[in-house]
Amino acid sequence: MRDEFESAISRLLAEQVTPELLRECELGAAEKRWPAALWAAVQASGFHLAAAPEAQGGAGASWADLFAVVRAAGRFNLPLPLPEALLANALLGHCGLAAIDAPISLAGAGELRLADGRVSGVLFDVPWGREVPQVVAVVSGVAGVAGAAGARPCLVLLNARSAQCEPKLNVAGEPRDDLRFDGVTPLAVAPLPAGTPADVLLLGGAMLRGAQIAGAMQAVLEQTTRYATERVQFGKPIGNFQSIQHAIAVLAEHCGAASVAAECAFAEFALADTTDANAGRTALATATLPIAAAKICSAEAASVAAQVAHAVHGAIGFTHEHALQQSTRRLWSWRSEFGNLTHWSQRLGQAVCAGGSAALWPSLTAGQIALPASQQQSS
Amino acid sequence: MSATEFRHHRIPPEAEAQRAPVREFLAEALRQRTPLQRAESWMGFDADFSRELGRRGWLGMALPKPYGGHEAGAFARYVVIEELLAAGAPVGAHWIADRQSGPLILRYGTDAQRAKYLPGICSGECFFSIGMSEPGSGSDLASIRTRAVRQSDGTWLINGQKVWTTHAQRNHFMIALIRTGDKEQARHAGMSQFIIDLKAPGVTVRPIRDMSGAEHFNEVFFDNLVLTDADMVGAEGQGWEQVTAELAFERSGPERFLSSIALLHTMIDVIGRAPDALQAREIGRLTARLFTLRQMSLAVTAELAAGGNPSWAASCVKDMGTGFEQELPELAQALLEVAPSVAGGSAHAQVLAALMQAAPSFSLRGGTREILRGIIARGLGLR
Repeated sequence: MRDEFESAISRLLAEQVTPELLRECELGAAEKRWPAALWAAVQASGFHLAAAPEAQGGAGASWADLFAVVRAAGRFNLPLPLPEALLANALLGHCGLAAIDAPISLAGAGELRLADGRVSGVLFDVPWGREVPQVVAVVSGVAGVAGAAGARPCLVLLNARSAQCEPKLNVAGEPRDDLRFDGVTPLAVAPLPAGTPADVLLLGGAMLRGAQIAGAMQAVLEQTTRYATERVQFGKPIGNFQSIQHAIAVLAEHCGAASVAAECAFAEFALADTTDANAGRTALATATLPIAAAKICSAEAASVAAQVAHAVHGAIGFTHEHALQQSTRRLWSWRSEFGNLTHWSQRLGQAVCAGGSAALWPSLTAGQIALPASQQQSS
Repeated sequence: MSATEFRHHRIPPEAEAQRAPVREFLAEALRQRTPLQRAESWMGFDADFSRELGRRGWLGMALPKPYGGHEAGAFARYVVIEELLAAGAPVGAHWIADRQSGPLILRYGTDAQRAKYLPGICSGECFFSIGMSEPGSGSDLASIRTRAVRQSDGTWLINGQKVWTTHAQRNHFMIALIRTGDKEQARHAGMSQFIIDLKAPGVTVRPIRDMSGAEHFNEVFFDNLVLTDADMVGAEGQGWEQVTAELAFERSGPERFLSSIALLHTMIDVIGRAPDALQAREIGRLTARLFTLRQMSLAVTAELAAGGNPSWAASCVKDMGTGFEQELPELAQALLEVAPSVAGGSAHAQVLAALMQAAPSFSLRGGTREILRGIIARGLGLR
């Protein structure tokens, strides 16, 4: 399915995510910044529901296959929370709630309380928080949930319109809004199934950004390689110069690293109880190492890619008119979102050191390591 | 495999099943091996150990059964070799034979050559060296001058010199790239590969001491060495194509990022269970890179197993892998107040000293950084 997904989404996005559309999303009148026609086309494709189980209105597609969709969203600069919708709907379904056939986003971090059936607190950096009608988040330590013993993390589905919105934009001009809730009644609440960590949205979001970075890097590599063969200086294409060739080769290496790391994270990620018979753990809990590795390596790769691409493109790549900045500004944004290089490196490093040197190699080959709790508040 | 695509491949369960027995064997067999010995990695030479691996069926794993192989596939072999490297096993004696000489002879050799050499490779009793570099030909491999001249009786007369030949003083054979045709032809034409008995008359091997004082590599002289057509591997004049295919095996394997893992282990030991913020960050970053390099290497392994020749992708693995390994001693210096020591001192100090001095060779042997990046650029259509 992976290749079918990739060609379907790529065809749609290549046709519809035009430079004009991207300009309007960023600089147009406020009411035109949400590309409603594009969302309608995406919604018609059904990809936003694809990861949810069939019983909950989804297609039950595997994350391994959906990797291609999320990478394509990055490659074509999709100015919509499709990756977020994929994850939000998958998690809703995982918690026994129906998938939402409408724009939906999620929060990877926040300070949220649930008491007496009402939610208060703030969600940080919600992608397109001002535009989407609904948002999912996790509230940790909820006591007295029906069907759940003790205090445990719950998934809440919230009406984003009932929040006070503090609008913010990332470097690429994508909305990353803080949403403040004051005693609102959630649209739905369900305990996270046992084994699902409270920072599932931070983990899942990091996985999404890893794939989007890999996609943006594809675009950057293609543009940079093409430009180097077209741009003539000193009487020949600059791509003939060894220094340029070697710089682009390093970009290609990081492109490969980011892509395979992100694909591995998707392949090992599964919300449903696909219990690994050998390890006796759910797949989600075991995907922490691949996700951390993917976010760390893609963050490093993003830095290298943007630097090389701009160096090769010269002044023209620095203009707003040139397409390169659409990818590089996203790389600079996405590497910081859902935990930056230091966040994931420190958690991974703490886990490795806590296990001692003898546990390092077995952890690497099993693709499993128990990360310490996030310093960031889970939402 | 396009220049932007490394596709994730999970190791199949039947190959993964090889891991536990290898790990169990190594835990016992290497119990006495010090961190410094483990740091020798694939430079460590132990013929008895290689024979034991052969006895246990862990050499020639991807070679056909009629030649003593096990037909277990590329991923089963991968599992075994990465376990050997991660444990710091002395695999140097058989490493080249198992990695590239065996597959080369299988692919290009005659039935007689396969029958003669492959069983010994599989049993860990027949060790090979690589005969590529010469004093005047490092990165510019196509400029080699060692020459084979056809004699009136049909034999070949070899004269010239190879250099930086790892373990030639101990190994049995070398597969050498030798000029058999005129240089006036196309730049990459006129070269052929021969299997040379390193103990034969006309062959002189002289060890070269490296900067740490160790003797791994050698210069090898050919003085009127007589070979026959039976010693040629593959077709006359096809040496360059064969070497190029061989190099993809040479550049994509786990030894390009696991040969310094002994240092990562001692760093973690010295840092202890409660790292400070900087130590945690750097250990985490190194772990992530190691994990990702392994995924890249597995992607190339899958492509090689499918019969492809992903030379640009293999070059990516080697360039990134050796960069990772060269950063390890630098980070060890930055993170821990332990000076490197070549005599006395802690295990970490000794491993650091050894790998610090070995590190410059990582981005030289098997193709320099610059050559690799040139190959990647060609894969991108820039050359």
